Amino acid sequence: MDTAPQPTHHDLGGNPKYRCTAVEPENPALNDFDKRVDALRVVLREKGLITTDEQRLKIESLPPEEYFGLSYYEKWLKAMAAVLVSRGIVSWEDVS
Amino acid sequence: MAAREPSAAHVVLLEKLIGALTAKGILTEAEIAAKKSATEKASPETGARMVARAWTNPEFRARLLADGTAAAEEFGISLAGNPPLGVLEDTPALHHLVVCTLCSCYPRVVLGFPPHWYKSTAYRARAVRDPRGVLAEWGTMIPAGTQIRVVDSTADYRWMVLPVRPEGTEGWSEDQLAALLGAEELVGVALPKVARAQAA
Repeated sequence: MDTAPQPTHHDLGGNPKYRCTAVEPENPALNDFDKRVDALRVVLREKGLITTDEQRLKIESLPPEEYFGLSYYEKWLKAMAAVLVSRGIVSWEDVS
Repeated sequence: MAAREPSAAHVVLLEKLIGALTAKGILTEAEIAAKKSATEKASPETGARMVARAWTNPEFRARLLADGTAAAEEFGISLAGNPPLGVLEDTPALHHLVVCTLCSCYPRVVLGFPPHWYKSTAYRARAVRDPRGVLAEWGTMIPAGTQIRVVDSTADYRWMVLPVRPEGTEGWSEDQLAALLGAEELVGVALPKVARAQAA
């Protein structure tokens, strides 16, 4: 009997749902928003205000419709805001 | 082709977040601008130079395979604060393909930003189940007798591939060899092709 836990939605390795989905080999350039989010994350990480694992946990905690619906850097941004709020560095009132 | 634009709400969220952090004295716009400018320079060039040197210098090749992090530091790249770098040696009998099934872990300091396709759901899902089918989408055909090993990069350990040096490159300089290598070759979805350098 297979007792392995059901993978969560971010655990995509081998997921048969995408068996027939082509990989698009394009690599579009990042836009200004993407680069700004990326830069913000590097600054915060170098200041010790966010770790990769904290950010990853928040990304993985996004509901599937956001996880699969938002762009890569939109997910990063939402996750960073959530980490900073949970650390008490900013409040939801500051960013809403 | 440009990356997908963010929603207006997320643009507002980004600016409010940066505004709040600036108002609290936590960071400055100048710090963000400096990192953004560094982002724009990121590319797979360092990884390409590391492979080109390994193809021409057996001592460096041994060091690269033993400790990718230390080998990258020989190129003036600091991996401080980053997970270790592992290097996977292709042979005529064994081809490596790197994926991050959980997200997008990638050795950014030597390869630049993870390509769009590397972060895609289809690549992450299929690379471990149907690697030959994925490789075929790049036109990469690995002989049936060659084993394919798929390696999952993680938040704690990142991988790049040391491909087999292509035939017809005898006597080439490191610069010429590095020109054969981009993100696709260093992740393993494509093989270095001599025609690529001639066309460039």
